[in-house]
Amino acid sequence: MDKFTTVSGPAAPLMAANVDTDVIIPIQRLLGSGRGGLGPYAFERLRYAPDGTENPDFVLNRPPYRDSPILLAGPNFGCGSSREGAVWALMGMGFRAVLAPSFGDIFFNNCFQNGMLPIALPEDAIARIAAETEAAQGARHTTVDLARQLVVTPDGTEIPFPVDARKKEALLEGLDDIALTLRMKDQITAWYAADRTRRPWAWESVER
Amino acid sequence: MSATLFDRIWDPHVVADLGSGWSLLHCDRILLHDLSGGRAMQEVGEAGYALARPDLVFATPDHAVSSAPGRTADTFPTGAKLLTGLRRRAAETGVRFFDIGTDGHGIVHVMGPELGLVLPGTTLVCGDSHTCTNGGVGAIAFGIGASELKHVLATQTLPQRKPKRLRIRFDGATPAGVTPKDMILAAIGRFGTGAGTGFAVEYAGAAVRALSVEGRLTLCNLSIEMGAKIGMVAPDDTTIQWLAGRDFAPRGAAWDAAVADWLTLRSDDDATFDRDLTIDMRDIAPQITWGTSPEQVLPVTGHIPDPASAPNPEKRAAWEAALSYMGLTPGAPIAGTKVDWVFIGSCTNSRIEDLRAAAAVLRGRKVAPHVTAWVVPGSERVKHEAEAEGLDAAFREAGFAWREPGCALCVAANGEFVPPGARCVSTSNRNFVGRQGTGARTHLASPAMAAAAALSGAIADVRTLAA
Repeated sequence: MDKFTTVSGPAAPLMAANVDTDVIIPIQRLLGSGRGGLGPYAFERLRYAPDGTENPDFVLNRPPYRDSPILLAGPNFGCGSSREGAVWALMGMGFRAVLAPSFGDIFFNNCFQNGMLPIALPEDAIARIAAETEAAQGARHTTVDLARQLVVTPDGTEIPFPVDARKKEALLEGLDDIALTLRMKDQITAWYAADRTRRPWAWESVER
Repeated sequence: MSATLFDRIWDPHVVADLGSGWSLLHCDRILLHDLSGGRAMQEVGEAGYALARPDLVFATPDHAVSSAPGRTADTFPTGAKLLTGLRRRAAETGVRFFDIGTDGHGIVHVMGPELGLVLPGTTLVCGDSHTCTNGGVGAIAFGIGASELKHVLATQTLPQRKPKRLRIRFDGATPAGVTPKDMILAAIGRFGTGAGTGFAVEYAGAAVRALSVEGRLTLCNLSIEMGAKIGMVAPDDTTIQWLAGRDFAPRGAAWDAAVADWLTLRSDDDATFDRDLTIDMRDIAPQITWGTSPEQVLPVTGHIPDPASAPNPEKRAAWEAALSYMGLTPGAPIAGTKVDWVFIGSCTNSRIEDLRAAAAVLRGRKVAPHVTAWVVPGSERVKHEAEAEGLDAAFREAGFAWREPGCALCVAANGEFVPPGARCVSTSNRNFVGRQGTGARTHLASPAMAAAAALSGAIADVRTLAA
């Protein structure tokens, strides 16, 4: 997994509520193979006109937001489908952090699995970052510092954010969860032995 | 000490305390489907791992398979690659595979309960957000992304943080025409799409107790549209009778032990929930969504909302965008809105009771000539049971197309879609922009309401139709 330490750049505002993962990446783009190559299709239905040309009115097509690494979003961002392709598509577009008042649970988890940092911040803090970025025409950047758990706004205000201790460590170190879990193989084996006695019925049918 | 249903299932599945509020949770069953299953098994191998417990993993193709009558794996060539990948890797790893056209195949959240793969008191995961459906039998079931899927295949466990507990009680008698779909849509409309975020939801109350297992599965299916990864109903005699004799239900002495265990799986009367909500059934009428989020829902007797009366500027902008996409006029009655398509199917509403309810509305009547109407049974077994009851004939005679099991028009990942600008009343779970096809306009409703819309050629109140 990619590490995450700090990210800095103009923060792009896409602040509608309930932006779902179908909007972030249409399912038809997930029928091919692999995690890469989805960047061009992120927000496809908003980003392009039906004839395939770019929609100049869509915020992420406009400077200074075109190459932004930080997305400012509305409540319940990433709700809906569990497709991890939503995270891959956002990363393919260059995003490494999403700031929103709240997130869809599965999307939130999927972000951490890929070195993307989702940060829950109050709506007014996000609105402030958007306003400062717009006022500076993107010339002043927003910085996300995971180790210090701070978002530094374009005007230099430091906003602390919460992050789960385990997720923070995994992002900073780029840890492989599977290898960590497999170190507990003995405990897992012991659990099986105990559960067979406790719940024989949970095993009888699969072993039949 | 008092405990909730959720605690009673979660706690014994904790293999290890990982600190900071995290647990290593054992997953009793993993279900795989074509969209992510084959690739997940491949990635496990590429990372140098093996499936930890292939005997606890079950696979079926549903998302990207054609629903056309007489379909084969190749009818939708893009999906054929996913299907054959899933089939091949299942064979290589020893995962049980339920192929299209064979007994046991179906939408993963329909065939799972149907085969007894999910049981009360178990934990189940699948790479699909509607895995919450399975909580209808009294299990902890939740959807995961590709990375967590890889982890659980390699270890049969997942590091998880214990969610908070939310109870939603449906009190009072069920009014005529109100189905489980209407109950859960009404709850989402009232409490919002974020009400369940971070929670496991237990549905309770007399109206939930009165539901069949099929109805409970529908109720739990839309938990994720309220933000909750997990929805559950405590198992009871209804659950036990429904599960008895199913393929992967325990037998003999194991069955007796199971029943004894299952009947202890309930929240204590004095159990504490982090949040407790109640809905009076008398306030619920048949529901229909008007917008592009499941919380944008109305009783069918209601009027299309006016953004001018939205509670705040954000809602106002959201309503305006939704109305523009949906092509609706504020203030007009939602009933009477002309409909082009009707879809009965999906992991929400494609079980035998759903088909019975729709067929009961349709019998002796005809679908409006301008409406394209499809019914896609949830599984091979549902299809055969429906055909044995003559439901297929009832659908066909009314003017519906009777199709093959799969996700089909719920998610439009199989080459089938609602055309741009067309309006579809759908028994599925998401009315998102573009969900049923680019530019498609989706109105979510129950099977009976979908049947009523097909007959009327417009959104209609099934209660007046039946009179």
